[in-house]
Amino acid sequence: MRHVGTLVATAIALITSFAATVAPTLACAGLIGSNGAVNLGRTTTLAAYHDGVEHYVTAFEFLGGGGQFGTLIPLPGIPSSVEKGGSWTLQRLALETAPRRRAFDAALEAAPAASGVQVLLETRVDALDLTVLKGGARDVAAWAIDHGFSLSPDAPEVLDFYARRSPIFLAAVFDGDAAAARGQRVGDGTPVQITIPTPNPWVPLRILGLGKQPSDRVDADVFLLTDDRPALLPVDGSTLRLEHDAVASQQLLDDLRSDERMEWVPTSAWLTKLRVDSRVSDLTYDLAVDATGQGSPSRHAAGLDLAPRPAPALLEGLMDAPSLPLIFFAAAPAALAIWRRRGAR
Amino acid sequence: MTPRRWIGALLLTVLVGGCAPTRAPTDQVTITFHFSHFTPDRVTVPAGVPVSFTLENDDPIAHEWIVGPPALHQVHRTGTEAWHAGRPNEVSLAPFSTRATTVVFDQLGEIDYICHLPGHEEYGMKGTVTVVPNDGRFATR
Repeated sequence: MRHVGTLVATAIALITSFAATVAPTLACAGLIGSNGAVNLGRTTTLAAYHDGVEHYVTAFEFLGGGGQFGTLIPLPGIPSSVEKGGSWTLQRLALETAPRRRAFDAALEAAPAASGVQVLLETRVDALDLTVLKGGARDVAAWAIDHGFSLSPDAPEVLDFYARRSPIFLAAVFDGDAAAARGQRVGDGTPVQITIPTPNPWVPLRILGLGKQPSDRVDADVFLLTDDRPALLPVDGSTLRLEHDAVASQQLLDDLRSDERMEWVPTSAWLTKLRVDSRVSDLTYDLAVDATGQGSPSRHAAGLDLAPRPAPALLEGLMDAPSLPLIFFAAAPAALAIWRRRGAR
Repeated sequence: MTPRRWIGALLLTVLVGGCAPTRAPTDQVTITFHFSHFTPDRVTVPAGVPVSFTLENDDPIAHEWIVGPPALHQVHRTGTEAWHAGRPNEVSLAPFSTRATTVVFDQLGEIDYICHLPGHEEYGMKGTVTVVPNDGRFATR
């Protein structure tokens, strides 16, 4: 049933079919494990916003190989739980628009880490070690390095892009050896659901180009499910195209609600699908979604109106400054940094 | 060409020349590494003079600064030495670190400096040293 008059919207963002063409000579910058093989792909992401809480589901696809490798995901706020996601929610959402087609307490005390970053939450889902971090771009990068990983060359700028809006990141480290020991096969996905209290949706897109070269392409599907038709920014018709814009079917909502830990799916919603088809160098923004009913998505939320980059000498203090306004956006966190174990060069 | 066009061309030349950055040779160079790019990415130095480089890595990731002829860069593109030390033209820098080195350039012309960590050169971490004749203002070795 639709909650008329409420400012609460439900937003679901699903990013599927993330594929980037990586030239062989540039393979070092991509998803690389300790054996040099590309073996973890972020294939599908879902973020839902309802009653002031974001429910975020993503899946990591096991592509074979051993060792450890992982990603960083920017979050709009501090999660209240990180747990295994529903088994088929992401596939059901993708099907809907195809052409014919362990819990945490939010009050958990932060544990200091060596790099200065705060570790807010830690859990394991199958072969994935998940850690919620709070810190500036430098702190988060230092945490990754402290844990034996090296970041791709674009990571400093992309981390800065996100950290200037939210200091919360989720580090997802995939243990390829554990996956193999669990009997996971190539192509198997591990769904993860993150629940984040936050006031307004925002879908990171620039993150999809991380670890790629400027001429590489990003190809992704973004699904939104809101109580009402959302106002979006930017939708330019070229690199980000609107492909579906209609009331969500009752069958879809019922199906989604029947999956594990998906009982929060509302009884009515508006379904939107956008297609990202862009060169990495052109994907310099995120998707702002106005869920307040005001029809005015934030240029800041889209990353279009960030403050001018300070001089290098001022960066560290600025990024760590507690006076920086924390702007919480509900919606999809996305993979931010892709790393590999040092020594795999 | 008419006199008016000559004057226009002259004015354009003056304007363009006036706007072009002046790259006077120097023997004291500071290069900052920020967002995996070198600043400046072009420097001019005198030949046969010890040039002091201050290399400041402002990034949270490691970088390296390799300056030399194309053959040297080709070696580093496929090299396996994880950390460079002991050669003034091959410097590794940890995150947020600064190092100093001194290099003498004997041959006139252009010579590149590049970070050869995986993906960094492709990302644009490259610069050029232009070596010009010493006009006598700099002490040679």
